[in-house]
Amino acid sequence: MLYDTLIAPFAEFDFMRRALVGVMALALGAGPIGVFLMLRRMSLVGDAMAHAVLPGAAIGFLISGLNIFAMTAGGLIAGFVVALLAGLVARSTELKEDASLAVFFLISLAVGVTIISVRGTNIDLLHFLFGSVLALDNQTLILIAINATATLFGLAIIYRPLVLECVDPLYLRSVSKAGGPAHLIFLALLVINLVSGFHALGTLLAVGIMMVPAAIGRFWARDVTPMIVVAVLAGMLSGYAGLLLSFHTAAPAGPAVILIAGILYAISLLFGSVGGLVRQLFPGRHLEA
Amino acid sequence: MLTRQILFGLFAALLLAALPSTAKARDKLPVVATFSILGDLVSNVGGDRVAVKSLVGPNGDAHVYSPSPADARTLADAKLIVTNGLGFEGWLTRLVKSSNSKARNVVASKGVKPRKLAGKHAHDHGHGPSDGDPHAWQSVANAKTYVANIRDGLIAADPAGKAVYEANAAAYLDKLEALDREIRETIAKIPPERRRIITTHDAFGYFSDAYGVEFVAPQGVSTESEASARDVARIITQIKKQKIPAVFLENISNPRLLKQIADETGAKVGGTLYSDALTDEKGPAPTYIDLIRHNIRTLSAALQS
Repeated sequence: MLYDTLIAPFAEFDFMRRALVGVMALALGAGPIGVFLMLRRMSLVGDAMAHAVLPGAAIGFLISGLNIFAMTAGGLIAGFVVALLAGLVARSTELKEDASLAVFFLISLAVGVTIISVRGTNIDLLHFLFGSVLALDNQTLILIAINATATLFGLAIIYRPLVLECVDPLYLRSVSKAGGPAHLIFLALLVINLVSGFHALGTLLAVGIMMVPAAIGRFWARDVTPMIVVAVLAGMLSGYAGLLLSFHTAAPAGPAVILIAGILYAISLLFGSVGGLVRQLFPGRHLEA
Repeated sequence: MLTRQILFGLFAALLLAALPSTAKARDKLPVVATFSILGDLVSNVGGDRVAVKSLVGPNGDAHVYSPSPADARTLADAKLIVTNGLGFEGWLTRLVKSSNSKARNVVASKGVKPRKLAGKHAHDHGHGPSDGDPHAWQSVANAKTYVANIRDGLIAADPAGKAVYEANAAAYLDKLEALDREIRETIAKIPPERRRIITTHDAFGYFSDAYGVEFVAPQGVSTESEASARDVARIITQIKKQKIPAVFLENISNPRLLKQIADETGAKVGGTLYSDALTDEKGPAPTYIDLIRHNIRTLSAALQS
């Protein structure tokens, strides 16, 4: 019975196994990225970047059809252009980074939608906006795995400056010049994770597997490393449970994954050991001593 | 002097060349069809007397189409609007109203016996609740009804061209008759137990009813709803259980999902079937007859082997 509910779908169907591997790899890369975004108060930047990537991916799609490598390369370029332009404008004018990013991502999004519809076909726009985790072929899985691996290695390399910049950017600037490059590498990793997320969850929900687990992690850990571990585990659990939800109730797969993450978030919000609401109302006994 | 004469000559020649063509363009009856297949039928019946514009062009998906201001202008200029009906163009009514169009409206599917939509997706398919399956043109017999309706509409809008329209329609109906025979002959060559395929878009209900090929769809009738893991699992189980020999891609749905299903079941990916839209000139289905012929050839190639 339990086997039928929890394991049989994956044992029986190849596409479920692929979907599972896909979301696991996605959670592995997106978790830490989400945690750093959150700690740097850039939680909504992920969403903005997701839209900024659209025209690049659209151009890639126009040039070579549904070729994921072309779409990924285009997305990377567009994401970089927007991130760099926004940073440049923020540094050289009065406009703050969030405002300039908002401007650039909206322009970029408009360009993307225009490119797709000027071509006279709005065929794949919807599939593009709602990617399908159930349709991961080998190529896509490899791409997601490569991205997750690159993310973990990249983060390992820039981990110290990145953490320092989250905590005390002025101090970092005084002792090292690594802050700028680390920021850029971090943005690159953000973009490749978004592109991974597009294939599995679509542009609208790609950010979900990034930010929701990160927010969950915040309720269970004070230090960065355990926070990342919790975020990754929460992402994986959401992926697994979301796929099961979709399998048993016919909910669409992508949204189901994010809904489960949302439920985990609600639980963490209430019962989290760090700043959870219940914990705040009823502080543990050891504090009274 | 000489150059000026030459220039004059050129100018006059240009005028002469330009005049008749503009005059002809003005004489043509401006007709709007909602999507490319209807557009093709109209231009076959109308011939030189009409200028047809399709709102949803080749390869476009009329289910999720969003009209542009240019479309409203096209409608306002039109003398005749040809729609499919059966709830296919949910977006059109408001567009016609907002464009202030005075054009006559021909519902091409008038007189076609609507197919009931089956299955659980009937409630969320995006067409009106009481409408049947709108993809009636997939049966050539229905296309003949379409042609008759279009002919009558054109005659009502442009009585002077009655003879032309009737002759064109009669010639085209003969071609459709031949096409219908061709389909039946081709299907007859496929063993009955192999007349079963899976395709992404459940648009072939009329074709299925008319010619006895069973179509199973992993998604609902509309391209709007997203497939869930349960739907996909059901399809896979079904292919394995019923030994369905082939799965087909379509020009307007998620091809990756279908490839995934084919890989997992060992069913053959049979090529592309066209349902709601013609292709452009270079594609395999630039006209309605080409579209049906392409579909039937693709089908028999996959099912016979």
